[in-house]
Amino acid sequence: MRPFAYDRAETTALAARHPTAQGQTDAKVQFLAGGTTLLDLMKLDVLRPERVVDITPLKARHSGIEVGPDGLRLGGLAAMAAVADHPAVKRDYPAIAEALQLAASPQLRNMATLGGNVLQRTRCPYYRDPSWAACNKRTPGSGCAAIGGFNRQHAVLGVSERCIAQYPGDFAVALAALDAEVELVGPGGARRISILDLHTGSDRPHIEHSLRPGEVIVGFRVPAAPWARRSTYLKIRDRQSYEFAIASAAVALDLDGGVVRHARIGLGGMAYKPWRAKAAEAALVGKPLTEDTATAAARLALEGAVGHGHNDYKVELGRRTVVRALLAASATEV
Amino acid sequence: MDRTQPEGPSRRHVIGAAAGIAAVPAVGSAAETGRAAQSDASGKVDMTLTVNGQARRAMLDVRTSLLDALREHLDLTGSKKGCDQGQCGACTVHVDGERVLSCLILAVSVQGRRITTIEGLAEAGGRLHPMQQAFIDQDGFQCGYCTPGQILSAIACVNEGHAGSDDEIREYMSGNLCRCAAYPKIVAAIKQARPQMAVSPGTPAKVGQV
Ligand SMILES: Cc1cc2nc3c(=O)[nH]c(=O)nc-3n(C[C@H](O)[C@H](O)[C@H](O)COP(=O)(O)OP(=O)(O)OC[C@H]3O[C@@H](n4cnc5c(N)ncnc54)[C@H](O)[C@@H]3O)c2cc1C
Ligand code: SF4
Ligand code: FES
Ligand code: FES
Repeated sequence: MRPFAYDRAETTALAARHPTAQGQTDAKVQFLAGGTTLLDLMKLDVLRPERVVDITPLKARHSGIEVGPDGLRLGGLAAMAAVADHPAVKRDYPAIAEALQLAASPQLRNMATLGGNVLQRTRCPYYRDPSWAACNKRTPGSGCAAIGGFNRQHAVLGVSERCIAQYPGDFAVALAALDAEVELVGPGGARRISILDLHTGSDRPHIEHSLRPGEVIVGFRVPAAPWARRSTYLKIRDRQSYEFAIASAAVALDLDGGVVRHARIGLGGMAYKPWRAKAAEAALVGKPLTEDTATAAARLALEGAVGHGHNDYKVELGRRTVVRALLAASATEV
Repeated sequence: MDRTQPEGPSRRHVIGAAAGIAAVPAVGSAAETGRAAQSDASGKVDMTLTVNGQARRAMLDVRTSLLDALREHLDLTGSKKGCDQGQCGACTVHVDGERVLSCLILAVSVQGRRITTIEGLAEAGGRLHPMQQAFIDQDGFQCGYCTPGQILSAIACVNEGHAGSDDEIREYMSGNLCRCAAYPKIVAAIKQARPQMAVSPGTPAKVGQV
């Protein structure tokens, strides 16, 4: 690990005192929250900040969990474990609680924060190993070792010829399905953005997210909605626990009898960034939720998917994941 | 949101000396620059860690992980390094009663927090923590390399209330890998220790609880 200066920021204003863009692999300043992405990638010499600003003192103000009539508000520095175990989150926003509970391990969930979680980096093995020269995410213009390389875990949605990395997180997928917003505070003041606008696209893979220099994620808002209770997160992986998704779906349904009034579908494990399948949602509205309608929706959800050889299986696996998640959500007692 | 209002001026500048490191451009391989900083007194930080109830002071490079601080500098080699990447759980310790991975924590960042390692579980007279005894009774290991991490994790698993059934134990112990595959015996050990931990609140059986 390279040398760095270590600071502790007691306030968001002080966190923003070094307003260097943080979203790039070569960013000179990084916030340290749980450290489970940052220190890992610093040891691997992928991230090389010259200054590490420890923002854990912000937990005192920004780790609340509030369930109210308008929706759910989660502090940006809340621990994954605290939210996963919260009774009201489990009851009213099960997809959120499940996505967190199925992620990583109990130790990591105690350490990791929600803000750090949504900003975790891809697990692409070529990105994580700088001895591979070709990686547009690490070194713009260098190429992509995964295209033509070993790409079994890589994405099929939202990819480009520049980068086919998979967004590995679970929580952001549930947030995407439930129309969540991210609350930011930075040198320019406070603002809110849709979770779908937080992560940037594969056309510029060396830029990870749209945070402005010095901005801190202080919270997440999930609006109250009739579909939130009938929501679930289905995670498919190579082993039953302590593993990243190869495909996942967060779905939420508002049913009138057996007929779909509203549907929300987020996809993970197979997309470049947290993904929302709006065409599939629209196709379900006004129809009974059956295996046939779910299958038709799943086909739309994976439309435009591009495989690169080893990951071709994800197109069909992705469809089946969507079907299973939809059927599971429709069968839930609410 | 009023949460977003300024929160006051205080700022602890923890590492005055280490800021000097940042002035050195980060060039060369990690090994080169790493060695330079190690031998440079200005790259070290005077840290105090509270481990197993004792304040331990050391001059350590700011990059030192909690795991390396324990093993290499405080002579507490019970916590093991399996992967150094958060993937195996061998380095599990408790910080303020919660199980965490010491390989992915900067030592400098947990000053003032209560750190518990495998060395801190037995009573002063040598009587083992019920979880340690249960691992022996149930033969919960073969080579023993993963065991300190398994035991710290297992104690937290019970204290969190995540040891209700065999399946729940397996799920909530999945962050601790065992190459010898002692898994069935580990589940048995946790079931043995669980009631013993519950009946004696406040005793060392509760080590690790917040
Ligand atoms: C072995 C292993 C298995 C894992 N399995 C899973 C899994 O199955 N599913 C899953 O979802 N995740 C998984 N993870 C990833 C893990 O959940 C993330 O590493 C973690 O959530 C990151 O949070 P953190 O607080 O530790 O972030 P940090 O490492 O502290 O920070 C990560 C990044 O976010 C920035 N940052 C952090 N907080 C803020 C903030 N409030 N505002 C602005 N920027 C911020 C930092 O500057 C840094 O760039 C796994 C990790 C490991 C090591
Ligand atoms: S998929 Fe993206 S992260 Fe992986 S090697 Fe290609 S450019 Fe790099
Ligand atoms: S050594 Fe820390 S998890 Fe493996
Ligand atoms: S006892 Fe050998 S690794 Fe677990």
